[in-house]
Amino acid sequence: MAKREYSFYPGCSSQKGASSSNYLRSVKAMCEELDIQLNDIPDWNCCSASIGYAGGGELPRLALSARNIALSEQHNAGQEIVATCAACWLATRETSERLEEDESLFAEANQALAEAGLKLKNETPIKHMCEVLVEDIGYDEIGEKVKKPLEGIRIAGYVGCQTNRPFGIHGESYENPMYLDKLVDTLGAESIPAYEKKVQCCGGALAFSEPEKSQEMIKGIIEAAYDNGADMIVTPCPVCQMNVEVYQDQINETYGTKFKMPVVYYSTLMTVAFGRSAKDAALDGQVIPAKQLEAIANR
Amino acid sequence: MSELNQQMIEQYRTRFLQEVEANVEEGEWVKMCMQCGVCSGSCPLGKHWAHPPQEIFMMIRAGKREEVLTSDSMWMCTSCYNCIVRCPRGLPITHIMHGLATYAKRLGLAPKNQPTAKFAQLFWDNLVKKGRVNELKLGLSLYFMNGFGEGIKVAMKQQAIGLGMLRTKRMNPMEVVGGHAVKDLDGFHKMIRKAQELEDARIKQNAG
Repeated sequence: MAKREYSFYPGCSSQKGASSSNYLRSVKAMCEELDIQLNDIPDWNCCSASIGYAGGGELPRLALSARNIALSEQHNAGQEIVATCAACWLATRETSERLEEDESLFAEANQALAEAGLKLKNETPIKHMCEVLVEDIGYDEIGEKVKKPLEGIRIAGYVGCQTNRPFGIHGESYENPMYLDKLVDTLGAESIPAYEKKVQCCGGALAFSEPEKSQEMIKGIIEAAYDNGADMIVTPCPVCQMNVEVYQDQINETYGTKFKMPVVYYSTLMTVAFGRSAKDAALDGQVIPAKQLEAIANR
Repeated sequence: MSELNQQMIEQYRTRFLQEVEANVEEGEWVKMCMQCGVCSGSCPLGKHWAHPPQEIFMMIRAGKREEVLTSDSMWMCTSCYNCIVRCPRGLPITHIMHGLATYAKRLGLAPKNQPTAKFAQLFWDNLVKKGRVNELKLGLSLYFMNGFGEGIKVAMKQQAIGLGMLRTKRMNPMEVVGGHAVKDLDGFHKMIRKAQELEDARIKQNAG
């Protein structure tokens, strides 16, 4: 039996053939090494992220996450919910807190859930995978699993918005969270604690609807990483990862820059440092290859 | 102008603050704003807001109903939550901005062709259909949201990105035909319909 067990909410972007399927692959390998068992919430649905607000309104949006929590409470009773996606975590936890505070919304959410034969107790803690790593497991235990230290790689820890605000990791500051830097150091790479853009917004969903405005912000995130001598950027968020990685050619065209900065997940780094293969770390999922990590994984 | 908008105007007359408190998500917080301006200074897209949040709050209290609800401003919110964590009074500013934008849209007052308003609706329709987001169809509908000719241009511009995602198996062309879905789709749809009904009923009741 695994040392730790959680009720897992993978989220839409992690599905096969979706934009952060590489994230899920590396998370699975990382969890195997850390002896964590992830039990998917059966038949989970989309949380509608933040951008769903203008289509759904308040109650329909809350009902989405309420259904996931109710399914978890029914099928994975007693297990804390864990999400890897910042938006999934935020929407689920926000729903849980809103329904805790507002009795009439809670009653209405349960009225809606009853249509699907479900009932929400709303007694389940909702965590981000980073909380599991930092709070439940800890840097020491993670450090003990490192077989191939990521020596000689300078990595800018880009925490972004929704993994950091409004909930964040306990004991960390909103303005300058340090846990990604500590994780980078634990894995034997070199962190950049003074990286100025670690909590700068990448535009989120507005990268689709307002590309120029968003790409101006993304440019700053990458530029600051270069200015700090970073070889790559690491992030815990699927939206941050995609936005910062895939628009670099367009940004180069607009601004005359020459960006080619790999953007990886913490789970990519950990899977490589734990001695697993490049495939397990989903390095083939990089649009901009992380060659230094490939070299270590293939060693 | 929608019928609901007319009803709300007659119901609340000059009391726009009360209208917001009753009908906008987290609207009861608006009166707590002390006009410090930290939210406006903290917004990553602040320079693109015609009226930053601090101003919006004061305009609500000043009864500037039409100026607030027809504004492009709230649609600039990226949901970064910077304003929420910095507000000294603890206002859930992000949610109030979402709430104002949604309410404006419900009344038919949101700016026409506002790209984020359009995208948000596409996103919602996409996820409600199967219970999970179909990224490929969402991307395609985004390209073509301003018509066919414009869509071809956008699609050409985004071609390199699409190919990169395909190569790394982070995009699946087969999603066009089937795609991921929840199994209890019937129950899922009934639940959403019920939630929508309950919310509509609450707002209709406020309209008198």
